[in-house]
Amino acid sequence: MEGFLHFNLQRANAFVLFLLFCTLILWFIRAARTRQDLFIRKIAGLNAIDEAVGRATELGRKVLYVPGISSIDENQTIASLAVLSHVARMTARYNTELDVPNKDPLTFASARETVKEAYIQEGRPDLYNDSIVHYVTYDQFAYTASVAGIMMRERPATNFLIGSFAAESLLLAETGQASGAIQIAGTAEIAQLPFFVCACDYTLIGEELYAAGAYLSRDPAMLGSIKGQDWTKALVGLAIIVGTLAATTGLFDLARLFRAR
Amino acid sequence: MFLRVQLPLLLTFLAGLIPIVAFFFTEKARLVKVPNDRLEKWMIIIAGFAIMLGVVNVVQGNIRKIERKGPGWHYAIFLLIGLVLPGSFGLLGAFNVGPFHGISPHADGSPSPFSFFVSYVFQPLQATMFSLLAFYVASAAFRAFRVRNLEATILLLAAVVVMLGRIPLGESLFAWIPGGKLALGTFTEWLMNNPNTAAQRGIMIGAALGAASLSLRVILGIERSYLGLEKD
Repeated sequence: MEGFLHFNLQRANAFVLFLLFCTLILWFIRAARTRQDLFIRKIAGLNAIDEAVGRATELGRKVLYVPGISSIDENQTIASLAVLSHVARMTARYNTELDVPNKDPLTFASARETVKEAYIQEGRPDLYNDSIVHYVTYDQFAYTASVAGIMMRERPATNFLIGSFAAESLLLAETGQASGAIQIAGTAEIAQLPFFVCACDYTLIGEELYAAGAYLSRDPAMLGSIKGQDWTKALVGLAIIVGTLAATTGLFDLARLFRAR
Repeated sequence: MFLRVQLPLLLTFLAGLIPIVAFFFTEKARLVKVPNDRLEKWMIIIAGFAIMLGVVNVVQGNIRKIERKGPGWHYAIFLLIGLVLPGSFGLLGAFNVGPFHGISPHADGSPSPFSFFVSYVFQPLQATMFSLLAFYVASAAFRAFRVRNLEATILLLAAVVVMLGRIPLGESLFAWIPGGKLALGTFTEWLMNNPNTAAQRGIMIGAALGAASLSLRVILGIERSYLGLEKD
């Protein structure tokens, strides 16, 4: 009881919005479990994954998967591992070589489990070995140099650059482009998105990356959460329009309700 | 089954829920703040141990590569030297063993073996990689700004305006028009602050909601593909 007396009232607005968001998501997850006709728009970058892995299989070359440079406490990394799981299943199914170099040690440990489990679930544990997912270094540019070296020396047919990236995004994407690989990138880092759009064949922009796991699994519950998220976005859009009109006409200050403290 | 599925999902639930609850309480709510602080400390400790896992993997992988003499095996030798040499200098310096005193430069300004390696090998290599960005920006810009369709043409025009608006040449181009000296700069600022910021915020709002939705799926155990697991 003592803990609840210390509720931060300055964050009450955030709490109400948090509850509203959770309610919408959970309601749509529940609704999705009973309905099978949920429409989710096509995401070109995710549809291209099968084609990209197929290309590597046909060429007899490897698939390079870069899960970004952040640790596992970053949402983008978790989203990236969901895509990695799908890619690993495909490489296991088609007996295609997969290479996952890592910068962060916790991401490395998680990626290894993800890939191992994907090979087991695909019924090909014999194809898995520990060198598929390997650690490189904790230094950003040393990691970049190593991955760029893999791209130019070993010429993977397909490069996935999915996760959280910083200054190395363009170095990697341009090197991959020069090596002639088909490239699928995805990040929510605003500053890095233009680089990926310029240098990659497909780019998952922001929310598309977070939706990847749900989109690829086609699990109704997960797709329901995307639907709930879209409805929240519509409400946010409505609030922006109403807020803009109210501020322009001087009626009231709606932004005050949303101000973070 | 419990160790492989239920336990990771339970830990994920707790590790995800505690910081959310802590966010809505003041510092005085020790019931939620203490576990939250502990969680952050544990994360650092676990990451510290995990890096050892990474180092072991690097050593094992590269020794294997040298033994097999596969393609590019000689690079593995340099990598191991680069790992062992400065690592030993750092360790010996930290414990003041023999001629290795400290890891920082000495009081007289001379470098310790470790700081010598950092200043004259590691940092120049880092700077070299970073400076490559300039060339890659040029090649990416060349590809992006080719006039292929209407959108690419608008992008090209906007880029030319922004680039000219941020250099002295842009000012002098329109200086002959009364009040024109700052016109391009002002238009550049408008482009960056209005259409550009609006588009960025659209992506940011979508991404933030996407991240929150993903977090909820992970905390509730609906999204478990990061564990390599399928749905129930």
